[in-house]
Amino acid sequence: MPSPTLLYALGFVYGLLIIASLISIILRTRKQGSSELGQRIRSWWIIIILMTIPLLLGRLAFLVVMSFISFVALKEFVSIIPSRMADRPVIAFTYLLIPLQAIFIGLEGYGIFLVFVPVFAFLALAYLMTTYGKIEHFLPSLGTYQLALITIVYNLGYVAYIMYLPEGCNEGRGNGAIVLFLLIATQLNDVAQYVWGKSLGRRKIMPTVSPNKTWEGFIGGLLTSAAFIFVVAPLMTPMRFPDTILLAFLLPLAGFIGDVTMSAIKRDVGVKDTSTLIPGHGGALDRLDSLTFTAPLFFHLLVFSSYGPYAQSCAPV
Amino acid sequence: MRFLQPIRKIIMAVIVKPVTRLWFGLNFLHPERMPDAGPAIIIANHNSHLDTLLLLSLFKTKLLHRLRPVAAADYFLKSGFSAWISLNLIGILPIRRDRKRGEKDPLNACYRALERGDILIIFPEGSRGAPEEMSSFKTGIARIARQFPKVPIIPIYIQNAGRALPKGKKVPVPLVFSAIVGQALYYGGDRAALMQQIKLSMETLREEAPPLHWQDTPNQRSDIKR
Repeated sequence: MPSPTLLYALGFVYGLLIIASLISIILRTRKQGSSELGQRIRSWWIIIILMTIPLLLGRLAFLVVMSFISFVALKEFVSIIPSRMADRPVIAFTYLLIPLQAIFIGLEGYGIFLVFVPVFAFLALAYLMTTYGKIEHFLPSLGTYQLALITIVYNLGYVAYIMYLPEGCNEGRGNGAIVLFLLIATQLNDVAQYVWGKSLGRRKIMPTVSPNKTWEGFIGGLLTSAAFIFVVAPLMTPMRFPDTILLAFLLPLAGFIGDVTMSAIKRDVGVKDTSTLIPGHGGALDRLDSLTFTAPLFFHLLVFSSYGPYAQSCAPV
Repeated sequence: MRFLQPIRKIIMAVIVKPVTRLWFGLNFLHPERMPDAGPAIIIANHNSHLDTLLLLSLFKTKLLHRLRPVAAADYFLKSGFSAWISLNLIGILPIRRDRKRGEKDPLNACYRALERGDILIIFPEGSRGAPEEMSSFKTGIARIARQFPKVPIIPIYIQNAGRALPKGKKVPVPLVFSAIVGQALYYGGDRAALMQQIKLSMETLREEAPPLHWQDTPNQRSDIKR
C-alpha cells in the first residue's frame, strides 16, 4: 500500500507538471513558446508516468524497471564510446552485470552489492580483455568500460537498493517516498541550474567542458536545491537536522559534477546527445547523468545517518 | 503467400519493431523522407543481417506487404527452413548472382516488383563487407533506375548494426543503431552520374551520423566537430 507521503509527493510532482504544461500552452497561444519546450514537457509526462507505476506497485517492480533503465543507459554509453571490434564479449559482459546486480539487490545482499562491481567485476573485466589477445588500446578501452560499469550499472543500482532498505525506519512513509525524494531533488537541481543560468548566467564556469554552464546557474541552482532539500528531506526521508545540512549542499554539487562529467565524455566523442530516445531531452543518459552521481552520495549519507550497521536495521535512537 | 500477411504483421509488431527499438535502439533521422507508398527503391550500406530487419522496422506496418528486400538466391535459398522464412516471412526477392551467358536478365524480378508498386530494399554493396566499412556500390541499381526514371531512390545510412552482429558472429550485442534517411534521387539519363550522386549522398549521410571514432576501423573520421 503506498503511503500518504508518497501520494502527496506524487501529487506535488503532477501539480508542477500541470502548471508547466499550462504555461507552455499559454506561451504557444501567444506565439512565444518554442516547440522544444512543449516537446520537453510532453516527454516529462511520459517519464513521470513510467516512474510512478513501479513506485506504486512496490519494490520488485521498481527493481525491474530500474534495471531496464540501466540497460538503456548502458546501451547508449557503449554505443558512443570509442571501442574495438574485438571488445564485443566485454560489452556483453557489462550487460550481464545488470541482472546480477539486480539479484544482489533483490536478496538484500548489502555487502556483496557494494563490493561486487568495483572490485570483482573490475578485475574480471580486465582479465577478460586479455583473453582475446588484443593489446592495442587495451588501457583506454578498459578505462571506458570500467567507467560505464561504475556510473551506470553500479550507481543506478543504489536507486533500486533504497527500496530494499529495512522497512519501518521511515515513520510509516515507506521507502518509495525516499526514492521519490532523491529523484525530485536531483531533477529539480538540474532544472534550477538551467533556469538560473538562462536568466542570470554571465560568467562561464567550465567553458571548455560545458560552455552553457555559468557560475550564476550553479550557485542559484545550489541555493534553490539546498533550500528544497533542507525543508523537504525531513518530510520524506528519515534524515534529520544537522545531517540534512550536509545533504543540502552535497547533493546539488554531486548533480552538477555528474552533469559536467557526462558533458566531457560527450564532447570528447563528439556527440551532442547520447541518443534521440526522448524527444526534447536527447538520450536516457542525458537525463540520468546527474542521478548517476547523486544516487551513491545520497544513499551513503542516508544509511550513515539513519540506519544501523550494514543497513540491516534502523538507527538506534 | 497472401495468407501469411497477417502473420508477417504480427511478427513485425511483436518481434521486429520491439527488438529494434528496445533490445537495440534507434536514432531515426529525417523519418519524413521515407516513402508513403510504393513504388520506391531503398538503398543502404550493408554490414549485418540486422540491416534488413532494421530497414523493415522503419516502415509503417501498412506498407509491410509492399516491402521486398532483394537478396542473393545462392545464400538465402540454401536450406529449406531459411528459404521458407526468407521468402514468406521476410518477403525477400531472390536474385541469382551467377548469371550465365545467354540467360535472361536476373533483375527481371525487380522490374516486375516495381511495376506492381512494391518497395525494393537493395544493398548495392552486394554482400556484407568488413564491419563498419563501406565498399563500392555495384551498378545494378543504375540498371534498375534506368527502366524506372520516375521511381524515387532513397538512400539510408545505417550505423552500428555491423558492430552489434558482424559477419560470421552469432550473438548480437545490444547497441543503439542510427538510420539516417537521405533525399530522394532520380535517374537523370546517365548511369555514372547516378552512381556518383548515390556515393555523395551516402557520404553526406554518414557525416550526420554520430562520429564514432572506433579504434580499429580504417575509415575513422579525423574532423570531429567541436
